[in-house]
Amino acid sequence: MTLQTVLLVAAALFSVGLYGALSQQVVVMVMMGLELMLNGLILAAAGFWWFLAPDPSGQVLLLVIIVAMTVEMAVGFAVATALHRVRRVDMTDMAADLSR
Amino acid sequence: MITHVAFWALAVIAVLAGAAVFIVNSMARASYSLAVSFICVGLQVLLLQQNYVGVVTILMMVMEMAIMAVYMVMFMGMNPALMPMSMVHDKRHALAVSIAVFVLLATGVLLEPWPARRGTPPDDVTAALGEELMGPKMLVMAAVGVVMAVTIVAGVVLAAHRGRYDRFGDDLRRRPARDPQPGGVGR
Repeated sequence: MTLQTVLLVAAALFSVGLYGALSQQVVVMVMMGLELMLNGLILAAAGFWWFLAPDPSGQVLLLVIIVAMTVEMAVGFAVATALHRVRRVDMTDMAADLSR
Repeated sequence: MITHVAFWALAVIAVLAGAAVFIVNSMARASYSLAVSFICVGLQVLLLQQNYVGVVTILMMVMEMAIMAVYMVMFMGMNPALMPMSMVHDKRHALAVSIAVFVLLATGVLLEPWPARRGTPPDDVTAALGEELMGPKMLVMAAVGVVMAVTIVAGVVLAAHRGRYDRFGDDLRRRPARDPQPGGVGR
């Protein structure tokens, strides 16, 4: 277990999540892709902390990433709920006009 | 030695379970696969001696995946959540982009001359984190608290069945309010 191997695993998780975020149509599945990308970030940050600078302040960054995941999920589900209520859709393609 | 074997086993399971999220043919299975991937990463974080963060990751993600399964059933009905499905667009380009990003990241990881480790971890990592948050990094903790509170409010406002914009219109100028059951004097 070295920093390189940890970062390679993190990169693999990030890339798989990116594939899901780009390819999936269902909003919940897109959120799963984003979660997987953040999963990779958690592992990378933990690796950086352990192998480069294991002082306590580095762990705070990990907590911030976890909070970002929580906020993303909470707001994402709320937006998905609002979208489903108003339009009865759960697919990104049917809500593409929101990007304009 | 055991740590290395455990790390690699968890790494393989984490990546395979992550890939399975977009391969399995039902959204219920996809959410469980994602939970497995998160648990493996949480265990890897534990292997890296960050007990608090690892346990928080595992507990939080298991709960999130349970909520996600409820949402899938809620939005799509029980049968579509459990039945085979494939709802993707532009699969080929997404695959190409993700592979290119992995190659780029892996190249950087392998070619970068990483510096040597600075310092040693504290004896009690969790206690040190708590002291850091309650001391020099208090601003981060305060900001995180505010962000979480705002998220709760935003989530409730967005998910509420009938809010002020439903009653008063997008510009909040509609009078009287559009209520399913008018009430009060002159409403």
